[in-house]
Amino acid sequence: MKHLLSAADLDRDQAIMILDTAAELASLTDRSVKKLPTLRGRTVVNLFFEDSTRTRISFEVAAKRLSADVINFAAKGSSVSKGESLKDTALTLEAMGADAVVIRHNLSGAPHRLATAGWIGGSVVNAGDGTHEHPTQALLDAFTMRKHLRNGSGDLDGVRVGIVGDVLHSRVARSNVLLLRTLGAHVTLVAPPTLLPLGVETWPCDVSYDIDSVLPRLDAIMMLRVQGERMHDAYFPSALEYSRLYGLDSARMARLPEHAVILHPGPMNRGMEISADVADSPRSLMVEQVANGVSVRMAVLYLLLGGMKEND
Amino acid sequence: MPLVLRGARPYGEEAVDLVIADGLIVNIAPVGSADGDVIDCDGLIALPGFVDLHTHLREPGREDAETVESGSRAAALGGFTCVHAMANTSPVADTAGVVEQVWRLGERAGLVDVRPVGAVTIGLSGERMAEIGAMANSEAQVRVFSDDGKCVHDAALMRRALEYVKAFDGVVAQHAQEPRLTENAQMNEGILSGQLGLTGWPAVAEEAIIARDVLLAQHVDSRLHVCHVSTAGSVEVIRWAKGRGVNVTAEVCPHHLILTEDLVASYDPIYKVNPPLRTAADVEALREALADGTIDAIATDHAPHPHEDKDCEWGAAAFGMLGLETAFSIAVKTMIEPGLLDWRGLADRMSVAPARIGRVREQGHAIEVGSIANIALVDPTGTRVISSDRLASKSRNTPYASMELPGTVVHVLYGGNITVRDGALA
Amino acid sequence: MDSSRTRIVLDDSDISRAIRRIAHEIVENAKGADELVLLGIPTRGVALAERIRSAISEIEGYSVPTGSLDITLYRDDLRLRPARALEPTSIPSEGIDDRIVILVDDVLFSGRTVRAALDALNDIGRPRAVRLAVLVDRGHRELPIRPDFVGKNLPTSVGEQVRVNLVESDGSDSVTIHEGDSA
Repeated sequence: MKHLLSAADLDRDQAIMILDTAAELASLTDRSVKKLPTLRGRTVVNLFFEDSTRTRISFEVAAKRLSADVINFAAKGSSVSKGESLKDTALTLEAMGADAVVIRHNLSGAPHRLATAGWIGGSVVNAGDGTHEHPTQALLDAFTMRKHLRNGSGDLDGVRVGIVGDVLHSRVARSNVLLLRTLGAHVTLVAPPTLLPLGVETWPCDVSYDIDSVLPRLDAIMMLRVQGERMHDAYFPSALEYSRLYGLDSARMARLPEHAVILHPGPMNRGMEISADVADSPRSLMVEQVANGVSVRMAVLYLLLGGMKEND
Repeated sequence: MPLVLRGARPYGEEAVDLVIADGLIVNIAPVGSADGDVIDCDGLIALPGFVDLHTHLREPGREDAETVESGSRAAALGGFTCVHAMANTSPVADTAGVVEQVWRLGERAGLVDVRPVGAVTIGLSGERMAEIGAMANSEAQVRVFSDDGKCVHDAALMRRALEYVKAFDGVVAQHAQEPRLTENAQMNEGILSGQLGLTGWPAVAEEAIIARDVLLAQHVDSRLHVCHVSTAGSVEVIRWAKGRGVNVTAEVCPHHLILTEDLVASYDPIYKVNPPLRTAADVEALREALADGTIDAIATDHAPHPHEDKDCEWGAAAFGMLGLETAFSIAVKTMIEPGLLDWRGLADRMSVAPARIGRVREQGHAIEVGSIANIALVDPTGTRVISSDRLASKSRNTPYASMELPGTVVHVLYGGNITVRDGALA
Repeated sequence: MDSSRTRIVLDDSDISRAIRRIAHEIVENAKGADELVLLGIPTRGVALAERIRSAISEIEGYSVPTGSLDITLYRDDLRLRPARALEPTSIPSEGIDDRIVILVDDVLFSGRTVRAALDALNDIGRPRAVRLAVLVDRGHRELPIRPDFVGKNLPTSVGEQVRVNLVESDGSDSVTIHEGDSA
């Protein structure tokens, strides 16, 4: 594996290897000396064309715990400003000797382009591209679910996961559907029809417009962030109606099975897709998701960079 | 001394000597019987020089991508003797002054007829009608009006434009794209766009405008031309309209006859085009429609872009592909080889019909005595591997790089003068 | 594997004798077992550490805290091979501070694995002493490292391969030498 661009890049064995590696790394970083020498002398560039402090910090901590040198590069996309293009930025990073580029971009496919256009030789990790994918988020979600529902090992065979919200614009949903399917889980997407992509019926999952009929069967529910501005584009009539029909409040939480866990990729819109009491309940794993994000990203960086380069 | 095209086969039929003098075909004689400056055309098919209804020459304004001269060279090498230069230049071709400038640049290059297309609305803004009459009456004699790149989406304005051009026997060439349904659209809307996370360009955004426009054209009894038809649904609407006697014509681009949306999965912007690449079923329907005449013409939508506008992220890249130098080969591959068109059919779709639609009197003549000698001599058995470095266009954005394509253009005569000889500019 | 070029140097009874002897030496050297921690280096060092624990328990009637120490992340040859999966590291809850840590591995060769293990230990705590127990020492050290407890010294040429098979991982106990190029 040279790049991680899409959750679809991973087969079952690779996905489990990442999760197992993350589990080992998580236990190592519980101790007082958190740093490992593994990526000493390697350079990881965080190339962020879109603001995302939490994802950037997560990758930064992951890389530093493996002793990589980290360069943070905040840039403006070529479509936004007529500043430096992705290509010129990439050539600069290549000249600096980047071994891996972690890229977050507002345009779908930008990481794919960076990996395949011949601009750079290093590994590319997709840290979220447009409305396409966010594979490390899916990995940390799977890691979190596996820990709580499958004792932290193996796959997610038979686990029933509901993903609720703005699937249309969600890279998290796309990556999760792909990865969860690979790991044997059964996914149901729940959203108003306007927030589901055309052709969603061909995706490897079920689709429902009705959250209440789905809740009692779930082992895990993932609430996606819904931007209030979407209502201006007529995706739904009002924030109030959205939260009434699709929001997770304590009444709905009570209809989840006892063991079911609640995930959210953050940042949350409290009062929109999730009520404050649900967000703060012990069944919500948002804080743990953040911690697991570091372990999963360490595992990804280790597996991409820890061995020889593919062209060595 | 007359020019003798020895052994050429008009429309792939019996070999003859075509004798050219004073810009005209003056005699068609048995092979070897004519005297003059002989060009060996043994094995070559003689077709009327191709006429492109849809070419972006980028001048004035984006001379870094293409000029009238470089575009003319590309056109000649592609077997064309006439191109229609689209209006979306900078400044926009919305006045007599700009269209005359483009027309004169074409005359100066002297390789093909450069027929400027006039904008329908001032600045392509879709708000106020441009001075269509002034452009029609200018030296450029504009007959085709289009806001191509943008849709004339205001129904009332479209109606008026359709009515207004009747005074000059003009035609409105519509870029059919409902703007609200295609905001920030990046590719064909379908299963793949959902997977790739690229905003979809739904077929209905094209079909709805075509449906409206054919009804408007019928209502005001005017002539409508539909640019770059790309969907099976559009074909059905046009077929229905023609069946009802609506005066509508349509064109299809070479790339929509061969390429499909799955290429977008590479996120390589070389495949980014508007309207977008569609599905295999659409390709099938377009080929059939071109074969049965529902679609009248092949038009290239030759859209040069500088390298940096394609060597970037998909979403930041420009829409469009080169087409002039490969159109004939794509037509051979998609229409001749499967037996959907014979050579007379191809001559109609690439020369006769577009000349008629554009009201270009000097073009699209049959290969017969008395016709103006605009002739493409092509080798049906020739093949070549496309290399973006060996194109005459100033730009490099061909989607066919490294593909082996059939059919080569060997010689081209424009008004009786040789513009291309042995596959190179004369 | 070509059996004609493979010979057995230790059989199952040789191996259990060697382990019992190592257990005795460890206890004697440490003057008892109560300060010891056994850490096996995956994969086969873990099983060997467990066997030594059980042998010491028979001698001393005390079960020495035993764990595993994966050294993958500390290797100096990471860039020479594809990234590999991690093996579990489990440090006994007693920790290693001020204890005598016995590192256990199957074969001692270049010494690089042990070097990595020492680095790894350094990040976990500060033992009073670190000793090294190996089933086979085949020579050809590349670092100034020597074992404290050895099951068998086995002179080899660099081209030969020494393979330790254990019931836990391979179905039976044996140590073999395979001649020739690395397979």
